[in-house]
Amino acid sequence: MNIIVCIKQVPDTTEVRLDPKTGTLIREGVPSIINPDDKSGLEAALKLKDEFGAHVTVLTMGPQQAEVALREALAMGADRAILLTDRAFAGSDTWATSCTLAAAIKNLEYDLIIAGRQAIDGDTAQVGPQIAEHLKLPQVSYVEDLKYDGEAFILKRVFEDGYHIVRVGKPCLITTLKEMNEARYMSVMGIFDAYREKEIEVWNLKDITVERSHLGLEGSPTKVKKSFTKGAKTAGKVFEVDHKEAAKLIVDKLKEKYII
Amino acid sequence: MNFKLSQEHIMLQKMYREFAENEVKPLAEEVDEKEEFPVETVKKLAKFGWMGIPIPKAYGGAGGDNIAYAMAIEELSKVCATTGVIVSAHTSLCAAPILEFGTKEQKEKYLPPLAKGEKLGAFGLTEANAGTDASAQQTTAVLDGDEYVLDGSKIFITNAGYADIYIIMAMTDKSQGTRGITAFIVEAGTPGFTIGKKEAKMGIKGSSTCELIFENCRIPKENLLGKEGKGFGIAMKTLDGGRIGIAAQALGIAQGAIDVTVNYVKERKQFGKALSYFQNTQFQLAEMAAKTEASRLLVYKAADFKDNNLPYSNEAAMAKLFASATAMAVTTMAVQLHGGYGYTREYPVERMMRDAKITEIYEGTSEVQKMVIAANLLK
Repeated sequence: MNIIVCIKQVPDTTEVRLDPKTGTLIREGVPSIINPDDKSGLEAALKLKDEFGAHVTVLTMGPQQAEVALREALAMGADRAILLTDRAFAGSDTWATSCTLAAAIKNLEYDLIIAGRQAIDGDTAQVGPQIAEHLKLPQVSYVEDLKYDGEAFILKRVFEDGYHIVRVGKPCLITTLKEMNEARYMSVMGIFDAYREKEIEVWNLKDITVERSHLGLEGSPTKVKKSFTKGAKTAGKVFEVDHKEAAKLIVDKLKEKYII
Repeated sequence: MNFKLSQEHIMLQKMYREFAENEVKPLAEEVDEKEEFPVETVKKLAKFGWMGIPIPKAYGGAGGDNIAYAMAIEELSKVCATTGVIVSAHTSLCAAPILEFGTKEQKEKYLPPLAKGEKLGAFGLTEANAGTDASAQQTTAVLDGDEYVLDGSKIFITNAGYADIYIIMAMTDKSQGTRGITAFIVEAGTPGFTIGKKEAKMGIKGSSTCELIFENCRIPKENLLGKEGKGFGIAMKTLDGGRIGIAAQALGIAQGAIDVTVNYVKERKQFGKALSYFQNTQFQLAEMAAKTEASRLLVYKAADFKDNNLPYSNEAAMAKLFASATAMAVTTMAVQLHGGYGYTREYPVERMMRDAKITEIYEGTSEVQKMVIAANLLK
């Protein structure tokens, strides 16, 4: 079984601090991590590898420093790592990103493509599904559990109020949730191998077949008009009442707002 | 000269920290309180390759360098010095001498299970009457046919009882003094080899420290490590390497105490202000940090010398002397900055201060390190 896992290197938002004077994010010195949903997708792929002997390729599009995320994936147990990097890819929105990734994937063999649900620095949840559309593949998003019965994947697709169990044949694309599993640690030897024995394949524009007009900033239909920090909500009210009165108060307030 | 960590070391450090924070730190208090050897932690460490970091891949190790190894001990000891010494004694005092002095057969037999952490290692040199004066060995080994017969006892042996493989020093020829000392590989379960009294210690309470007893213990002749009469040199060279591990442990304890204290002084308020506001606190922290960073440079330098096959005995002695004194000083200052709370077991600095003391004593006391350094100066 050949599995491709699409990962993204993102700033670790748990380590981001706010500048107390300007109220803006301090990006300097913030460590980069593999996007959590993607990391769980990688873990799911590695579990299939442990159990069925799959070959796992990790693929990322990004600047040269995204190489670190690929090395980490190799140190966890991935077999092959490809970095898609080119000035022509810079400024891509989700459409251009998915066009580029799909073009790269066309050069590879696969039975399963895994992408994380969404990246913590963008939260769009669009790239995975778009790749499936470009490649005309069946897709299952929001996957929280994955099993393989020897022929097809049994997937648990989660909704806000329930879940579906879906059986999907190969090849297909799924997007995974970080709640799916706890990603394994890199091993000591895995890290040495990732740096000393394994190579990161670097693919540029010339290595993929894609329409130039679909790439980078120019190929991106999304235009960011403005970005701003969400304003703070008004301060809450404090009621000092006993528990019976408190219950009544809460119910009344919820009714007032048509929540119940 | 280059003081920058390589990308590989940065990634190792990241992984070490995540593992130590999630898997080791939550157990540290209990391991100390209950004086419990962290068996499950050692299994997890083995799974991710921590038990054979500087052992070549050909023998089942990770094939790493000694800086990578020292960093591992440092990160473990930041949160749990007990776990740090278990890995250090196993790696530096058992696997390392087999790698350096063992025959091909011995390496093939013993290194893979040690490096994979399937078996744990230990080292026995110290005796009741042979501490710093390690040459005064009374344990004897007499060749009888195809076997050596060991008689005597060892004390203060780290990992004793949990270890499967022991490097044991014994006298094969008393008339030769230090030249009559020979090293052996002894397996747990060999008839005549038993574990004696377990020590009740001030710190590193979760680590096992016991007496080893040999009574008519017969081991195959092939388990001679190196040559007859070369045991003292093997022990001294082994301890040179071990000192990098213990210096890294001391470094970790000091850094761990700083990390905890930095958080504490930002939160604790007195006279209406956080402790961190007071210049005394700032000066204390600055001194703690500077000493610890100096220790780190000495430890990494000694490890780097070993990696580059340069003589490193002097560097290892300096690293251990300075890092252990730093661990003691820094943890004492950390307790002081915590005030009354620092003296309670509710905060980890009390444990760290108790754990720090041993680094000035084992694998060569600070006085021994000074002897090594002075001998190098005056040669």
